[in-house]
Amino acid sequence: MMLSDADLSAIWLTLKLATTVTIILLLIGTPIAWWLARTSSWLKGPIGATVALPLVLPPTVLGFYLLIAMSPEGIIGQLTQSLGIGALPFTYNGLVFASVIYSMPFVVQPIQNAIEAIGQRPLEVAATLRAGPLDRFFTVVVPLAKPGFITATIMGFAHTVGEFGVVLMIGGNIPDETRVVSVQLYDHVESLAYSQAHTLAALLITFSFVTLVALYCFQRKQTPIAIK
Amino acid sequence: MISLLLAVAGQAYAERIHVAVASNFTTAMKQLVRDFETSTGHQVSVSYGSSGKFYAQIIHGAPYHVFFSADQNKVAALNDKELTVKASQITYAVGRLALWSNKNGIEIPSAEALVEGKFNRIAIANPNLAPYGIAAIEVIDALKITSAVANKLVRGENIAQTYQFVSTGNAEYGFVAYAQLLASISKPSGAYWLVPEHLHRPIMQDAILLKRGEQNMAAREFLEYVQSEQAQQIIESFGYQSVDGPHSIREVQENLVMLEVQE
Repeated sequence: MMLSDADLSAIWLTLKLATTVTIILLLIGTPIAWWLARTSSWLKGPIGATVALPLVLPPTVLGFYLLIAMSPEGIIGQLTQSLGIGALPFTYNGLVFASVIYSMPFVVQPIQNAIEAIGQRPLEVAATLRAGPLDRFFTVVVPLAKPGFITATIMGFAHTVGEFGVVLMIGGNIPDETRVVSVQLYDHVESLAYSQAHTLAALLITFSFVTLVALYCFQRKQTPIAIK
Repeated sequence: MISLLLAVAGQAYAERIHVAVASNFTTAMKQLVRDFETSTGHQVSVSYGSSGKFYAQIIHGAPYHVFFSADQNKVAALNDKELTVKASQITYAVGRLALWSNKNGIEIPSAEALVEGKFNRIAIANPNLAPYGIAAIEVIDALKITSAVANKLVRGENIAQTYQFVSTGNAEYGFVAYAQLLASISKPSGAYWLVPEHLHRPIMQDAILLKRGEQNMAAREFLEYVQSEQAQQIIESFGYQSVDGPHSIREVQENLVMLEVQE
């Protein structure tokens, strides 16, 4: 039960992908979550639903439409080409882009819930103490919504590690570029290399289990923030 | 009482069989099943999927009577596990490989176009999983462009995904099954080159009666039907080579060459 070089490079690629995607999602997901938590615009419904869509769409379907959209004639493909990035399918950057969309609800929703739980009052109090908007965000919202951010980080990361259908559709199974652990595992199973598949699957299960246990232990320790 | 007995006997005659079929053979199988059901009254329920998944399901007790694999390996592996009626193994079809392009402004697919290498991506089925992928690699080796295309290769997990990569224009060229091009509902757009079969080993697709179907006479009948001339003609019309002797295979080749429309 040894990992092959191909397995190791798939694991490394997966960790790199999940880290990149989580960082990007925290950067763009936070403003979206903030807006969704605060706004009273009628757009809240449609935009919230768009963010949540990957939860209900079968990943292969999402991947298929991404493949079409990212093709040289597709909307996203035209855009990336005019920006000089080139075509996204079958590239690492393409996987990052798709994973950001696919894992978006797992990051946005916990942050949004945490911000909603804080309510308006602490921010108003901070404002009367002459805290500017940025100041209020970093000294009031971030500390109070910390559990939400941590949940978002862990879920975003873990979900990207486990992603399969979308990668399968747009990846093209290129070593060191798009062949992540889940695809490698699938290849082992499909080519009847069951013992190699078991090794990799055991690793993935252990990782996911430990991650989730850590998350739940952390959540139990956090006492709910009560601000009246 | 007698009529009741007759009814029971009638039901026992019209049997139901469960067949697992490699997905590249879907359209041809639908036609075969229709034909077989009308002429015999038996009922055939078919599951389509990847041969690798069927293998996994069969060794864990899936209730299929007959297995139509996309290759010979999965059948051999099932033989090793004593899950089959070995004597019943047949080659039901020989796949044809086509190089397809669905993009405007790209050179018409041909051996020369491949050798010239004016493209960024070429799609193949994953050779570890799919027989059409193995054949594609053999063609690439035969044309001596292995290292030239090494970093242009993208691999679909199966031949259907490879088809998608080309059909959406994400890969300029792709080695797909000729049967897929014939099966596409709107006639295939773009252009293709039917790869001569001396460039790769034949893509033999084998079927076998499983232990579960040993007592099922209709299952045996179905395997016999698939080898009949009538069935083999249907199989040919869907873009496969039939398997009855070298002479007729040559005839088919000639016919296929005539079909080799470009553009």
